[in-house]
Amino acid sequence: MSLSVALVGNPNTGKSTLFNRLTGLRRRVGNYPGITVDLMEADIRLSDGRPATLVDLPGCYSLSAWSSEESVAIRYMLGMDDDGTPDLVVVCVDATQLLRNLYLVLQIQELGIPTVVALTMTDEAGSACPDPTLLSQRLGCPVVATVPRDGIGITELLQAVTDATRTEAAPRWRWTPSDRLRDALASIRTAAEDHWPNNPALHLWALSSVSEGDELQGIPAPIREAVLRIDDLPSLDDEIIQARYDWLDTQVGPLVGLNDARNFTDKVDRVVTHPVFGFAAFLAVMFLMFQSLFAWSDPAIGAIEDLFGLLGSGITAVLPAGLFQEFLVDGLISGVGAVLVFLPQILLLFFFIGLMEDSGYMARVAMLMDRIMRAMGLNGKAFVPMLSGFACAVPAILATRTMERKRDRLLTMMVVPLMTCSARLPVYTLVIGTLFLPTDKLGPFGVQGLLMVAMYLFGTAMALIVAWVLSKTVLRAPRVPLVLELPPYRLPRLPDVLRMMWSRTQTFLREAGTVIAVATIILWALLRFPTAPEITPDDTTGMLASTDVEQAMSLEELQAASQLENSFGGRFGHFIEPVIEPLGFDWKIGVGLVGSFAAREVFVSTMGVIYAIGDVDEESTALREKMRTEVHADGSKVWTPLTGLALMVFFALASQCLSTLAVVKKESGSWAWTGFLFTYMTVLAFVAAWMVRQGGLLLGFS
Amino acid sequence: MSPLSALKPGQSATVQQVEGARPFRRRLLELGLLPGTEVRLVKVAPLGDPLELEVRGCRLSIRRTEAAAIGVDA
Repeated sequence: MSLSVALVGNPNTGKSTLFNRLTGLRRRVGNYPGITVDLMEADIRLSDGRPATLVDLPGCYSLSAWSSEESVAIRYMLGMDDDGTPDLVVVCVDATQLLRNLYLVLQIQELGIPTVVALTMTDEAGSACPDPTLLSQRLGCPVVATVPRDGIGITELLQAVTDATRTEAAPRWRWTPSDRLRDALASIRTAAEDHWPNNPALHLWALSSVSEGDELQGIPAPIREAVLRIDDLPSLDDEIIQARYDWLDTQVGPLVGLNDARNFTDKVDRVVTHPVFGFAAFLAVMFLMFQSLFAWSDPAIGAIEDLFGLLGSGITAVLPAGLFQEFLVDGLISGVGAVLVFLPQILLLFFFIGLMEDSGYMARVAMLMDRIMRAMGLNGKAFVPMLSGFACAVPAILATRTMERKRDRLLTMMVVPLMTCSARLPVYTLVIGTLFLPTDKLGPFGVQGLLMVAMYLFGTAMALIVAWVLSKTVLRAPRVPLVLELPPYRLPRLPDVLRMMWSRTQTFLREAGTVIAVATIILWALLRFPTAPEITPDDTTGMLASTDVEQAMSLEELQAASQLENSFGGRFGHFIEPVIEPLGFDWKIGVGLVGSFAAREVFVSTMGVIYAIGDVDEESTALREKMRTEVHADGSKVWTPLTGLALMVFFALASQCLSTLAVVKKESGSWAWTGFLFTYMTVLAFVAAWMVRQGGLLLGFS
Repeated sequence: MSPLSALKPGQSATVQQVEGARPFRRRLLELGLLPGTEVRLVKVAPLGDPLELEVRGCRLSIRRTEAAAIGVDA
């Protein structure tokens, strides 16, 4: 069996860079059941040619978990999820923050896992950097000075790892527990006898980590009870932590020189967290991010759509017409296409998040926005996911992984889908462009532009209001204190940012992509079956009671409209007509709503098919003309400005996106929360659209 | 002894005691904010909260409410 080597370290210590340096491109997402965070691993060769598996664990400050990502690292090191602890741990130690980083090293040595210290940021530490040989003597484990960004010290590190795998390590405690702590550990040992190996460090870990209301999983009930029976745990915390720091201060403290690396960061921070310039800089960064998410991704999205369009028409040309061809073109290809159109925005979003994280700016954003987000029951770390929601809820929900507490993640996931994502834009464009004229003015402003801005503000306001309501009701929880490290600013390394972007995107493709593709195919089937009878030129009037025959462009389009009307989805549109009628919607809009479950923008093309116009986009004059003249049975117009407004409000709030639901299911691990999201959004959308409709009628609009 | 939150930006003091919910308190201690350690209030975020602290050369941000539960001597 190949050796397992775990790479751990505090956040912001250059750990990912080191992992990239050690592994090159040979990497994959490890398969660890029960772990929600993706762990990257790679097969490497030690200096003597033996194979080993290197696992990149999430950053953690200590072995007592605080965030869900941290607890993943800890569970892995303690061997709680599978068969035992790693054979060796490489701890990334930031030379500019030596003592705090070594705290984690001491904890790992207490467990008795062989340890190699990779001293990083040695260039930045300058004269403050301790002598590796001296440090190695004090710690009793190999210490290698590295500069991962420049690839310095990597060969030496690998050699040290190779040598260390041949040595045994015994648990090493640098301090002597008091009698009271000894008694407490003994009581945990008794409770843990049948569950855990007899390692005092594990008992110490349980004592330090278990507390009322923690979110730790997999701790046997007897152990938990034993810990909670212990009196005055905080004073034991004091003893343990103080003892470790005392050892570090006396043994390692003298090795640390003076450091002035903070100067640069202080200068930058004077601007970046300045009351005025700070917000200006922040707005500029956000604007750039937005601009790129919308504008730069547009050509790429267009290209992907064109490519899949070409692929579809290619197959249509080659294969004989029939069900199989339709399945391939309208089901499979558009299913895969539906996943891939997300890619440009997702790649860009993760690229920006990576840049912000690696430069140290993300922590400042969280600090800047904390006050505002807190009012909504969230913390500053929710800001970027919320903002990402303007592009697409799918990557935005993936971006909640940086948040510590499950409840905070859930709350963010529940409101992110209310942010005005880019798929709503075509629907708004169609409705506003059809029902309002460019010449309509409200004061000096065009009504069209005002409405668009209003819809964005409406979505954001609703997200914030719902977050506030949920935080006071179903997701009420004691406020969790914020502890945020503000790392020094560092220039992000492009290869690291790109690798992080790609590995997160892979996660999206694997987890959400498959569901999105399958859902799109199912939706295709719902709109395709059962097959409608063939229309012949003679019976065009009889077959289509409710489709305007005279408006149809050709027999083919008439057939398509008839097919859609007869399908399960079409019947469902008829079925829900009485329900959506109070909103001013007819069954055709109902079919459009069903179709928009694949993605909201599909509403536009579904309306094109149901109105027998054919394949259209939101700028189509034919579709707009048709909508302006479409009438109800009583002769009144379907598409009045009031209907349009109600429809836009409905789209702003309704949970019409299978992809979002799929990702929420995956990330929350709960059908109940996924169901809750769908239900509350749909009810909210219905009620709000109804209020717009009825309020408008009362005010005398039609 | 006065609360950490009462320090002025730029002012330093010595930590005397750390109170608060256990996991939060433990995390602060583990990050080196131990009694006897020098702490500096670097600045206050633009909206008045949270605060930026310097402890052992490391910058941390915590909220005013929690900072009020940390006792310091100037």
